[in-house]
Amino acid sequence: METLLSNKTQRNRLVLAAAIFICLAVVPAVLPMFRTTLIARFMCYAIVALGLDMIWGYTGIMSLGHGVYFGLGAYCMAMYLKLAASGGGLPDFMQWSGFDALPAWWAPFANPAFAFAMVVLVPVVVSVVVGLLTFLHNIKGVYFSILSQALALIMSVLLVGSQQYTGGSNGLTDFDTILGAPLSSPVTEVVLYYVTLVALIAVFALCFFLVNRRIGKIFMAIRDSENRVRFTGYNTAVFKVFVYAFSAAVAGVAGALYVSQVGIITPAEVGVAPSIEMVVWVAVGGRGTLVGAVIGALLTSGVETFASETFPDLWNYVLGLVCIVVVLFLPGGLMDLPRVPARIRAWLARSRFGAPQGGARLTPAMAAEEGVSVGAALAEEDYAEPAYRDAGGDEAGGDPLAPTAASGLDEKGGPR
Amino acid sequence: MMRPFGRVPAVAAPAAAVAARTGAATFAEAEEPASSSSAVAVRGTTELARKQDAPALLSIEDVSVVFDGFHAISHVSTTVGEHDIRFFIGPNGAGKTTILDAICGKNRVAGGRIMFKGKYDLAKMKDYKIANLGVSRKFQAPSVFCGITILENMELAAANRHSLYSTTFLKLKKDTHDYIRYILDFIGLYDKRFDYPTRLSHGEKQWLEIGMLLTQHPDLLLLDEPVAGMSRRETEHTAELLQRVKQECSVIVVEHDMQFAKDVSDDVTVFHEGKVLAEGTMDEVSQNQTVIDVYLGRGGDQ
Repeated sequence: METLLSNKTQRNRLVLAAAIFICLAVVPAVLPMFRTTLIARFMCYAIVALGLDMIWGYTGIMSLGHGVYFGLGAYCMAMYLKLAASGGGLPDFMQWSGFDALPAWWAPFANPAFAFAMVVLVPVVVSVVVGLLTFLHNIKGVYFSILSQALALIMSVLLVGSQQYTGGSNGLTDFDTILGAPLSSPVTEVVLYYVTLVALIAVFALCFFLVNRRIGKIFMAIRDSENRVRFTGYNTAVFKVFVYAFSAAVAGVAGALYVSQVGIITPAEVGVAPSIEMVVWVAVGGRGTLVGAVIGALLTSGVETFASETFPDLWNYVLGLVCIVVVLFLPGGLMDLPRVPARIRAWLARSRFGAPQGGARLTPAMAAEEGVSVGAALAEEDYAEPAYRDAGGDEAGGDPLAPTAASGLDEKGGPR
Repeated sequence: MMRPFGRVPAVAAPAAAVAARTGAATFAEAEEPASSSSAVAVRGTTELARKQDAPALLSIEDVSVVFDGFHAISHVSTTVGEHDIRFFIGPNGAGKTTILDAICGKNRVAGGRIMFKGKYDLAKMKDYKIANLGVSRKFQAPSVFCGITILENMELAAANRHSLYSTTFLKLKKDTHDYIRYILDFIGLYDKRFDYPTRLSHGEKQWLEIGMLLTQHPDLLLLDEPVAGMSRRETEHTAELLQRVKQECSVIVVEHDMQFAKDVSDDVTVFHEGKVLAEGTMDEVSQNQTVIDVYLGRGGDQ
């Protein structure tokens, strides 16, 4: 911890984050109300991205179904808003479905305190159940990603299918007041904007706290080699369930803030496509850096809005292209940009002064610049010495059936 | 508990203090295999006579491991005493790594018992619980955590409480920090403690991993080919390290490097085709004709 602020990169990132938060704080003063609400929406996305970065960027578990938790939070909030708007009566879509009384599980949501608690609790309970079922049974890597994606699909199908309870594909909309304040008034909008900003900063601070404690190091260690963490004596399933539930709770809060400002939540906003887009925000910004996740969400959705205003049909192609570029050339996302010149220099040096054998030889200096193992570069020299370890001389008579430790040990299972 | 290794915070220079060995003398050259009549190790030996008075830390009793009908190891029995450095040697596929996997809970055991300290049957326990009992495992490939710094690697390993609460809110004790510093000094990585392990050489990574295991004060350390891919200098340093480690705990090493085994081991167990072929000191088993036939002889005097 004492080195926390002496680390230059770490400090730069904190300064960057502070700068972003200050910019966001002055937005309502300089931009028209329409744009302010838009940016409030982006901040909700940034909150989701922070949670997703904790589980994907730091722990290496790629969840393609965080729309579920965003949606659960949003629907819990929307149920409260809907009941507030219908003034004690039945919500309009229930009347159309022929209901004459409120379903029992809807009724408590008229109480704002209950609804706000559910915004966090429902995602946490669902994610803990899903997490226990998957992580305790050692489902990981791409299998978990597929499973989480299926969850997002189930969620949206379920919401559409139970129209009498959820408003079906129209979702929940036509809200009126929140805690008695009219949602359409500029004062409420500004207050909600700042509530969102405070939530964003609080979630950022919480994530920052976690990743700098030993628990955060364990997350990163799980990402690097989960088995190794288990053999160090940590029950990794507990940590994975925790980080999954944490990110779900964060997504739920974001969903609640989103719905109260945007005024509508539909199954289309919680399904597969939005869930994948959430992952793209983190990838673009930079996995494993908190400020990167925030930037990724703000920038991607900002560009998206601009692009869909100007070229409505083109956006999906642009997003796909951005995704490919990031995966191929910028695995660390935008936060990796400062290292790009060094990487290009190393690449040039390699292609110009190729090793005589034809293979590109990596000098330790270049390797260090690139952040790859110096050991890889040095190993060649080590092997050049007379081999002390060949004394046994049994290497040739190997049994191919030998079950070695290499199999199944080195699992980079999670998509790093 | 008495921890000689931990109580003496004198920093050892990481220079190779092991007797310098000239050339890459193969085992077969060093040992004359002619006197095979004096072989003492017997096929199926379960306990060494001179070890019988020492309490067994680990006793492997009639253990078998089966993969899809393939008997990777069958009816293996051996015991490892306190502060013992035991080498498991044998041809590839003999089941050396499999038995390490069985001890640390990575493989399911089909039959037999693995008794630790006389009361825990490791064959029935989960991997992380075995680790918490004091059995530390080092895999063949260096597997330190590259996403966190060297110091953080050590702290993660050194923490003796592994709950969500303690990892979030509690700090490590001062003597834990002191011990981490001592180990880092000993493996020569203290000055690099704020670097990421990606910057380390292969040998340094292996030492870091052994260092991480030491911070857990294990009673039994399982090392899978610790010197594979190391230069001679690094191998010698590792041998020195293991001699220090021995003062703290028992060590089981799987290794192909016969010179290293001869330098470091107290006893060796020779595996062949999933069974124990012979057991004894390196000198004893190297005289055993069967061992020479199936293992040692092949690369040497032909």
